[in-house]
Amino acid sequence: MRIPILKLQDYLLVSVQIELDDQTAMQFQEDLLNKIHESGATGVVVDLTSVEIIDSFIAKVLGDVVSMAELMGAKVVFTGIQPAVSMTLIDLGIHLKNVQTALDLEQGLVKLKQELEEK
Amino acid sequence: MKGALTTVPIYKEWDIVGARQSGRNMAKDLGFSTVDQARIATAISELARNIYLYAGQGEVSFEEVQGDTPVGLKIIAKDNGPGIDQISKVLEDGYSTSGGLGAGLPGVKRLMDDFDIVSNENGTTVTVVMWLR
Ligand SMILES: Nc1ncnc2c1ncn2[C@@H]1O[C@H](COP(=O)(O)OP(=O)(O)OP(=O)(O)O)[C@@H](O)[C@H]1O
Ligand SMILES: [Mg+2]
Repeated sequence: MRIPILKLQDYLLVSVQIELDDQTAMQFQEDLLNKIHESGATGVVVDLTSVEIIDSFIAKVLGDVVSMAELMGAKVVFTGIQPAVSMTLIDLGIHLKNVQTALDLEQGLVKLKQELEEK
Repeated sequence: MKGALTTVPIYKEWDIVGARQSGRNMAKDLGFSTVDQARIATAISELARNIYLYAGQGEVSFEEVQGDTPVGLKIIAKDNGPGIDQISKVLEDGYSTSGGLGAGLPGVKRLMDDFDIVSNENGTTVTVVMWLR
């Protein structure tokens, strides 16, 4: 299965609506990097509202996406992380320190705009 | 007293998803909160992935347990793989032989109430329980 990636001006928007298995997560990583390269996007919002579980593997993939995107010149913001998911991440000892988050898609876009204007 | 036992074989990557979904459903039926359902599903995902990655195959089973008072969900992840050399090491955060975060086993220990691991050259069995609060 593939996660659709939409382009809006200089940004890419992703809403993860399916259960993230390992294969899907890896495919998403690859697709997103390709899309950043093709489109020259400077920011990406990944909405995780529908994601009910993030385990250590998926957390690693998502964390890597941020670092890789950054190398390509794009900032990533995650939005809509469920309370239960944030609690299990802490139990796992995963703090996603370098990862930007916001409440929802709209706030995510606002955050990206601010970050990019600061530069 | 014991409830029904459900066993999910782990052979392929997708079985990790199958195992955590059945575990979550069972947790839901037993009345666990949304957060505890997520903890249980996450723990199962870690254990099932370890089986898939390090032992190739194995199984995860779930059963309802009655303790002195509360009801609990017990999860047993069992494989006949190579076993773990240094048990104390793998329970430390950040220890991984596969380039992972090394968050799996120490994380499972924190996610669940009871944690037990037995590992030797005949395989590994991890048994965890979460009690209904
Ligand atoms: N069922 C198993 N059989 C054999 N070795 C195992 C098993 N489970 C874990 N291990 C060993 O223990 C180490 C630590 O496991 P743990 O799940 O904590 O971290 P990881 O799998 O390396 O990374 P992560 O789970 O964060 O992606 C593994 O790297 C592996 O060497
Ligand atoms: Mg692991």
